Amino acid sequence: MKKRILILSMAVTLLFAFSTPSLYAQKKAGLKDYDVGCVFAKTGKASWLGEPEWNTAEMIAKEINAAGGINGHKLVLHLEDTGGENTRAVNAVKKLINNDKVCTIVGPSRSGTSMAVIPVVQAAKIPLVSCAGAAVIVTPVQERKWVFKVPQRDSDCVKRIYDHMASKGITKIGIISGTTGFGAAGRTQLKDIAVEYKLEIVADETYSPADTDMTAQLLKIKNAGAQALVNWSIVPAQSIVPQNMKQLKLAIPLYQSHGFGNVKYAAAAGEAGNGIIFPGGRLLAADTVPDTNPQKKVLVDYKAAYEKTYNDTVSTFGGHAYDSLWIVINALKKVGDDPATLRDEIEKAEFVGTAGIFKMSPADHCGLGKDAFEMLTVQDGKFVVLKD
Amino acid sequence: MGGKNSVGFLILIIGIILIPFMVTNDYYLGVLIFTAFNCLACIGLCLLMGYAGQISIGHGAFIAIGAYTSGILTAKFAWSPWLAMFCGILIVIVIAFCLGIPALRLKGHYLAMATLGFASIVHIVAVAAVDLTGGPSGLVNIPRLDFFGYVLSSDKQYFYFSWSVVALGVYIAFNLINSRVGRGLQAIHGSEDAASSLGINITSYKVQVFILSAVFASVSGSLYAYYMNYIDPGPFDVSHSILLVTMVAVGGLHNIWGALIGAVFLSLLPEFLSFLSDYLQVLGIAYQPDYDTLVYGFILLIIMLFLPEGLFKGFGNITQFVRSIFKKFSKRASDRVK
Repeated sequence: MKKRILILSMAVTLLFAFSTPSLYAQKKAGLKDYDVGCVFAKTGKASWLGEPEWNTAEMIAKEINAAGGINGHKLVLHLEDTGGENTRAVNAVKKLINNDKVCTIVGPSRSGTSMAVIPVVQAAKIPLVSCAGAAVIVTPVQERKWVFKVPQRDSDCVKRIYDHMASKGITKIGIISGTTGFGAAGRTQLKDIAVEYKLEIVADETYSPADTDMTAQLLKIKNAGAQALVNWSIVPAQSIVPQNMKQLKLAIPLYQSHGFGNVKYAAAAGEAGNGIIFPGGRLLAADTVPDTNPQKKVLVDYKAAYEKTYNDTVSTFGGHAYDSLWIVINALKKVGDDPATLRDEIEKAEFVGTAGIFKMSPADHCGLGKDAFEMLTVQDGKFVVLKD
Repeated sequence: MGGKNSVGFLILIIGIILIPFMVTNDYYLGVLIFTAFNCLACIGLCLLMGYAGQISIGHGAFIAIGAYTSGILTAKFAWSPWLAMFCGILIVIVIAFCLGIPALRLKGHYLAMATLGFASIVHIVAVAAVDLTGGPSGLVNIPRLDFFGYVLSSDKQYFYFSWSVVALGVYIAFNLINSRVGRGLQAIHGSEDAASSLGINITSYKVQVFILSAVFASVSGSLYAYYMNYIDPGPFDVSHSILLVTMVAVGGLHNIWGALIGAVFLSLLPEFLSFLSDYLQVLGIAYQPDYDTLVYGFILLIIMLFLPEGLFKGFGNITQFVRSIFKKFSKRASDRVK
């Protein structure tokens, strides 16, 4: 009995002892690896963002390495889960910088976690390409030297919505937003830009991500006499708004933000979701984008690859990981993995991605314009390009 | 402080001094700094739970008040961080007093209910009072702590500072426990009626301890804000309060060292699992972060089943258990030889 335990424990020790060095031996042969860190909210309350991002990053790394790496260098991804929590995101970023010696970091998924890690990457001088939406992540740009982001600007989304409203002759609107970082940032933009468009906001309501009924807020909006409603949110609770509107027979046009960009949200809204108008990345309606659009090939290829690999529908958020990782890969191809030169190269990036056509500059660490959005609508649970 | 405790305290001090000499990696130091914040809150909670026998499911709210007072006064009004921290302590004292007086006059777990509700309110205010707290977008540009212009900029400096505060907290806690108040509290924990018959003012003692534990949480929150330079309502929700209670329960309710061990254990566990997943990946085993929840649950289950009095006491029991098993084996082996 004792002997058997002894042999077993020896075997386990040997296994552990030999497994690690063998990895380092592999590393020494050939060119050195390019280490890139990824921090996504794969679990927790923001996992619907992190999961497709995580999957996309893994898929791209496999594809790159199968094709011989980046100029012969193997691309090694160090994936870390934040659980959507600030503290864990800070720890993860520090681990990537100090232990894994990454040259650049992709992520985090949420605006809050991105803001939390900015002081760390700024001090460590490691470029960060965030997958989160809020504009404060990259502004003011002189305080965000090492920070970039790939999702479209929320202010541009608001302008697209207001443009569409102006074309329909709408002047009085109600807004309702989720109380998350995304919702709060959008609410500020909606109110600020309404002045430019001479729109009157007659009702301004909010709901928490855990809410299950928004009837009270919608009644207020109805009584205030709004001609249209903007629902600005990124959490699943946003799908309840169209359902409650249908129950209340509130038949005004419903506009959503680009945070609606997951076809599961449209499915959750069911029949009530038909006719929702929202500015979204073209990825969501890749099939209905005209062939002349320069983004068409990227969109269709990514969509096909993702859906084939993971047997799941593609979402805007996975597209953000695609854009940020490819911007990093392109920069690595040109200048190698020194963080400082890599940063300068990312700042010059021009790239046709899923979210739009990027053109980064020292004054603009996002590089997308109003045209990155396409007005989309929901038709039988699917996203299609809006015709008028 | 008694003999055994002063030895423990000495080990703690030596550990604090030596660790930055052995650990130079900013990542590990950062993890240990967050651990210090949790330890501080758990010391206070342990005094309340283990010695006064009351549960608070709202300590996350006191941490939030400390953090937000510090954050708002320094980032928006350019106050000195020390003054802002002190102001946070004052606010928390007043709130804990108002909350504690009615809840602690009653017998039973009314404080748990009151603090649970209070934690939700604080979280809602942090989310909704956008002009004051920055709402879900958070509060930026919170400065680092400084001593007369000498800024604690490196993680090593902040490590020394935050763990010194923990050591101070431990010292205060032991002084309290070994005082008249501490003995009174233990009497209350044993039997309220008996304690009251001996002339102990139960409500006043409980309120005092509740306030003290809230102050510990507030200081922990202030230190967190100064370290992160950014706060949003995320880390201060009710689940964080529950995590703190879990830390104290896992470590051992009836001992300050237990609370410290519990806080250290549960603060380091996520990072340990992250290392484990790296290691398993090297071995070619796909470990997904989703499994973390399973591992947590399993560990908590094992602790509650086999070490119901917490890690601190359980450790002693385990060594005894292992010893007894070895004795059995060696006895059997010697029997066989015979």
